[in-house]
Amino acid sequence: MGQIEWAMWANEQALASGVILLSGGIVAVAGQFKGWQFGAYAIAAGALITLLEYPRSKRKKGSTIERCGQKHMTAVVKVFGPLTRNYYVRAFLHAGLAVPGGFILATVLGTVCLGIAAIIYFVAAVCGEEWRPIEVREEPKLKVSETIKRPPENPPPRPPPEARRKQADEGHANPTVVQDEV
Amino acid sequence: MSNWVVNEGLSIIVILAWLALNGYLFWNFFLVYEEGERYIYSREIYGSALAWARAPAACLNFNCLLILLPVCRNLLSFLRGSSACCGRSIRRQLDRNLTFHKMVAWMIALHTTIHTVAHLFNVERLVDARAEGKNGTIQAVLSDLGDGNNETYLNFIRSKVPNPIGGLNAAFTFLAGLTGVVITLALILIITSSTKIIRRSYFEVFWYTHHLFVVFFIGLVIHGVGKIVRGQTRQSLLEHNPEKCIGNYTQWGQDPNCPIPQFSGNEPVTWKWVVAPMALYVIERLIRFWRSQQKVVITKVVTHPFKTIELQMKMKGFKMEVGQYVFVQCPAVSRLEWHPFTLTSAPEEDFFSIHIRIVGDWTEGLFKACGCDKTEFQEAWKLPKIAIDGPFGTASEDVFDYEVAMLVGAGIGVTPFASVLKSVWYKYCNNASTLRLKKIYFYWLCRDTHAFEWFADLLQSLETQMQDRNNADFLSYNIYLTGWDESQATAFSLHHDQDTDVITGLKQKTLYGRPNWENEFKNIGSAHSGSRVGVFLCGPESLAETLSKLCIANSSVDPRGVHFIFNKENF
Repeated sequence: MGQIEWAMWANEQALASGVILLSGGIVAVAGQFKGWQFGAYAIAAGALITLLEYPRSKRKKGSTIERCGQKHMTAVVKVFGPLTRNYYVRAFLHAGLAVPGGFILATVLGTVCLGIAAIIYFVAAVCGEEWRPIEVREEPKLKVSETIKRPPENPPPRPPPEARRKQADEGHANPTVVQDEV
Repeated sequence: MSNWVVNEGLSIIVILAWLALNGYLFWNFFLVYEEGERYIYSREIYGSALAWARAPAACLNFNCLLILLPVCRNLLSFLRGSSACCGRSIRRQLDRNLTFHKMVAWMIALHTTIHTVAHLFNVERLVDARAEGKNGTIQAVLSDLGDGNNETYLNFIRSKVPNPIGGLNAAFTFLAGLTGVVITLALILIITSSTKIIRRSYFEVFWYTHHLFVVFFIGLVIHGVGKIVRGQTRQSLLEHNPEKCIGNYTQWGQDPNCPIPQFSGNEPVTWKWVVAPMALYVIERLIRFWRSQQKVVITKVVTHPFKTIELQMKMKGFKMEVGQYVFVQCPAVSRLEWHPFTLTSAPEEDFFSIHIRIVGDWTEGLFKACGCDKTEFQEAWKLPKIAIDGPFGTASEDVFDYEVAMLVGAGIGVTPFASVLKSVWYKYCNNASTLRLKKIYFYWLCRDTHAFEWFADLLQSLETQMQDRNNADFLSYNIYLTGWDESQATAFSLHHDQDTDVITGLKQKTLYGRPNWENEFKNIGSAHSGSRVGVFLCGPESLAETLSKLCIANSSVDPRGVHFIFNKENF
C-alpha cells in the first residue's frame, strides 16, 4: 500500500468530473436552457478534461493498470511535457476551467466535482507527485533461431566436474520437471 | 449446461429478480406520474420530465434499501449460520455480497443520472413558467396559483427571478435542491474513490471516503421533506375535474363546475424504505463496537522473513472455522480503521493467528507497535491493544463437504488455505474414516515464494507428518513459480537431481510457468469419475473466469458423473 498517491484519486475524480461536465453541457444545449452557451462551453471543457485525464499516470511503486486503450492518449499527453506533467498546472487548469460552468444549473455539478478534483490535484502537487507516462515495456525478445527448438540440455554454467560425471552416467536429464500423474 | 445451472443458477435468479423489481418500480411510478389524474396539471408545466424524475426516484429508494445489506457482515455471518440447513448454494450467494453491493451501487448511479437530468429540465421549465410565463397560457395561470388567498400553489418556484439565476436559486435555496446536490456529490466521491486501483492500492482513501455514506443517507431521507412535487388534492379532484376544466382555465373560479384547483405536496416516503436497513446497519456498527471492546490477548508475535509478522492471539468465546477472516483494529495505529485478515490457524488449535505482510502505512504502524523493529525480547504487556471483529465466513468452510477438493491459491491468496490444510490434517489424524474428503489437490501460483516463506514452512511440516503416517498421497500439491529469471533457472538446473526443491525445500519440485488447467481438470476428472469436486480459488478475477469456465466444461452431463463446483473467495 505505502504512501497515498493523491494524484491517482484526483485522476479518477477529474475524469468523472469531465464526463459530468460534458453531460451537463449536453443537457443544457439539447434542452436549449437559458444560458445554453455555457453548456456549449462545458461540452468543450468536459471533452478536453476527459481526454487529458484518460491516460493514467504511472504509480510510483508497483504496477499500474492501464485504462483500456490509453496508450494513444498517453503519447499525446506526453508531448506537452511539463505542462501536463506538473500537477500544480492541472490543479489551476481544472479550477479555472470549472468557473464558467457555475453560471447555469445544468453544469453546476460538474463544476463542483471539478473543483474537488482540482483540490485533490493540489494536494498531490504539494506532496511532490507528478504525471509520468506508462511506457510500453520493451521486453528484450530472445531470438530463437530455427534450429534450436529445445533448450540446451546442459546449459552453462556447467556444474562442477563430479556432478557432471554423475549426470553423464544418468544420461540426459530433462531441463524442466516432468511430473508423473498424481 | 446443468452444471452451469448448479454453479450460477441461483445468482442469475437473484439478479434477474432484482432487475425485474427495478423495472417494475420504474414502470409503475412512471405511469402514476405520466397518466395519473392527480398530475394532469403538473404535467402541463413539467411535461414528461416529471415522470422521468419520479420513476428513478422510486428505484433509488429500493436500491438504497439494498445497498446497506450486503455490507452488514455480522448479519450475513448470522444468516450463513442459520442457513446451514438450506444448503451450500444459498450460502454461496452470501459470499457474493460485495459483487451485489457493487451492482446495486451502479444501479444507484444510473438512476441518479436519470433523476438529475430530469430535474434539470423540471427546474428550467418551472422557473420559466413562473418568471416568464406569457399571460393567458395555462402554464402562467397554473404558476400564478397560490398568489391569492384560498389558493394553494402548484409551481413551487415562488420568486420571479428568471433563468439561469432563478434555476440556481432553486437548487441552492430549496432543501430538496441543496440535499440533492450534496448527496450526488457524496455519491460521486464515493464512486471515484472506490475504483479498483484506489481500493487496492490506497485503501485508506477508499475507506474514509466511503464514510460519506452517512451524509448520503441523511441527505436522502430529508431530500423529500420539502414536499415540492405537488399534485391536485383528492378533495379538489371531486369538485374540479381536470379533464373537463383544462380547456377553460381562464374561467376557473367563475365557472361553478370548475372551482380553482387545490394542490398539495407528496408525503416523503424514502425514510420508510431505508429505515429498516439503516437500523440494521446501526446494530451492525454497535456489534462491531462491542466486539472492539472485548479483550484480545496477543500470545505470540513471530517475525517471519521478508517483512511478514504472525500474530497469535486468544479471545474469550472466539470460535472459528477454516478459511474465515477477521477484521483487525489497533487503536495504537488508528482508531477508525479496520483491516481484514485471513485466519491462518486451524480451528483445532487453541489460539488463532493471522499473518501480516508489512506493505503499507497501517501495517507498518502495527509492525512498530508490536515492537518488531526492536531486536530485544518484548514484554507481553508492552504489546498493543488489538480489537477483533469476526470471524466471518467464506466459501472454504465447505471444503469438507466434497470428496475431492481442488484448492487454487494465487499469490497472497494462498493464506486462506493455510487454515484449510492445517485443519484437514488435524481432522485426518483424529479420525480419517469420518472425513468425507478423500483427496486434496493444491495449486499454488506465485511470482516469488520469498514473501510466503512461512507458507512453505507449513507445507513442509505437513509433508513430513504425512510421510510419517504413510499417507503421502492424501495431499498432492503443485507449486508454480510464475516469475523467475536466469539465475534461478541456473540454480534449478544445478539442483534438479536433489531430493528436495531448491526454493521451498519441499519434496514436490517447484514448477515453472503457469499450470495447464485444461490438463489438470482432465486428469482430476478421470481420476475421480463420479465424485463432486469442489474447486476453491482465492486469486485474481481472470483466473476465476478461466477456472469457472473449465469447471463448467469439464463436468459431465450425467448426474452420476464428475462435477466440478466452483467457489471463490472475495478479497
